Amino acid sequence: MAETGRLRQAAPAAPLIGPVALLRTAIVLALLAIWEFLAHSGWLYRDVVPSLVSIARAIVDLLSHQEYYYNLAVTSGEIGIALLIGGTSGLVVGIVLGANRFLSKAFEPYLYYLGPTPKIIFLPICIMWFGVETPSKIALGTVSCFFPVALSVAAGMRQIDRVLIRVGQSFRAGTMQMVLKIYLPAMRHPIINGVRLGFGFALIGVLLAETRLSNKGVGFLIMQADSTFDMPRMYAMLIVLFVVAIGANALIGRLGGLDSIKRT
Amino acid sequence: MTDAALPTPRPPRGNFAPRVVGLATIVAGLLLAELLIRTGLINRFIVPPPSEVIEAFRRIIVEEHIFGRFLTTAAECLVAGILLTLFGVAGGVLMHRFKLLQQACETWVASVAAAPLVIMYPLFLVVFGRNALTIIMMGFISGLPPSILKTIEGIFATRKVLVNVGRSFNLTGTQQFRKILFPAALPTIFVGVRLGLIFALINIVGTEFLINYGGLGALITDLAERYDLAGTYAAICFVILVSVLFFLALEKVERWLRPVD
Repeated sequence: MAETGRLRQAAPAAPLIGPVALLRTAIVLALLAIWEFLAHSGWLYRDVVPSLVSIARAIVDLLSHQEYYYNLAVTSGEIGIALLIGGTSGLVVGIVLGANRFLSKAFEPYLYYLGPTPKIIFLPICIMWFGVETPSKIALGTVSCFFPVALSVAAGMRQIDRVLIRVGQSFRAGTMQMVLKIYLPAMRHPIINGVRLGFGFALIGVLLAETRLSNKGVGFLIMQADSTFDMPRMYAMLIVLFVVAIGANALIGRLGGLDSIKRT
Repeated sequence: MTDAALPTPRPPRGNFAPRVVGLATIVAGLLLAELLIRTGLINRFIVPPPSEVIEAFRRIIVEEHIFGRFLTTAAECLVAGILLTLFGVAGGVLMHRFKLLQQACETWVASVAAAPLVIMYPLFLVVFGRNALTIIMMGFISGLPPSILKTIEGIFATRKVLVNVGRSFNLTGTQQFRKILFPAALPTIFVGVRLGLIFALINIVGTEFLINYGGLGALITDLAERYDLAGTYAAICFVILVSVLFFLALEKVERWLRPVD
């Protein structure tokens, strides 16, 4: 009878909005309210913090012009090629250093030392080597994303469960088999994390290169807006750029299955 | 767990041979570059010979006051590094403590890590002025996300058996964090701090480069625009020196923080 009674109970109504979404909405609304308050407070110089309405108008204006999509495609292409070259080489170097303690001790310190160098300083060299056109931007993006990928992969290699490696060795797996069957699957998440970080670095490298010396790309458009002090347009471009960057970042994580990581 | 965290004592001679090989490879690379440039296989007006770069050090020390600029950049990086360590670790711990906050904000923080924040420098310039504070804030803001993310990752990655040991000893929440979670997460937290510093350094020197103010970033622009290639390469070496000093300082702090094996 008790069982029947429990079955007859009406299921509790699911909340329309979950607590996470509620908190997110509250944070976003609070930030927007602070922004609008600052825009009208007069505490900052006029137009430094433009009103949300003018930024929204600028976003609509930006997205309705084909020019922006052309420049976005140019920047995306440069970032994609940089990530491909820098990510692949970083992966190979990371696996080699992570698998071999001798090579790791010999060369990894230099990666750590070169890793934090601000890559924008290599722009004059990239321009000298590759010219003022697209290749110099790709080169800077490649150099930028190589280090985080290599360091993340090398660290990921060392975190692989020794049992998995012994299993591979006991099956007499070759080097390529070890890489494909043991190392890569076991460190999928560090690799994807590295690629995500590498993507961020490549994006920064390419955009900074475009802001410095370029006649196309999103970086060039942002500097154009800055030089004419068209702040709503600049904010619009930053917002769209951030959304695109965040979307691409989330896509990399989703494709790599990072959202499936279970935490205890 | 990383190899560095394993309590295996290293023999004194273990690191000597790899270090020699690493250093010898670099010296061999520089000698090869010198040879290729001097024989004309590489254009010396694109890549200066390493010997000229070494000579340029004396010139940029005497004429360009590079030590003063170096100290300016190093101080900016140090302040930004301290800020992002404090706020990043605190943010990560806070997110670990309050699951709802973590669920709501972790994805945002991860996304911000990929956002090109350095492009926001005109806004910072207006808000803080054309001074060191703008440069420090650019470094701090951009270095914060990886520091937060790695702190969360490190705490969550603590082995279940260690957490259970703490529970079996009836440790309080604070003791559990201080004795188990934080020491176990420390290597990962420092990976985050290191990554944060990469972002911070990029943005600090990048902002110096862009606003033409302050330390080594502005000097590199100046030298490159004068087409002083050897001087530019020498200044780049100084920027690398800033990175090395930061890492050595970080390693000291890490050793100090890590419990005795």
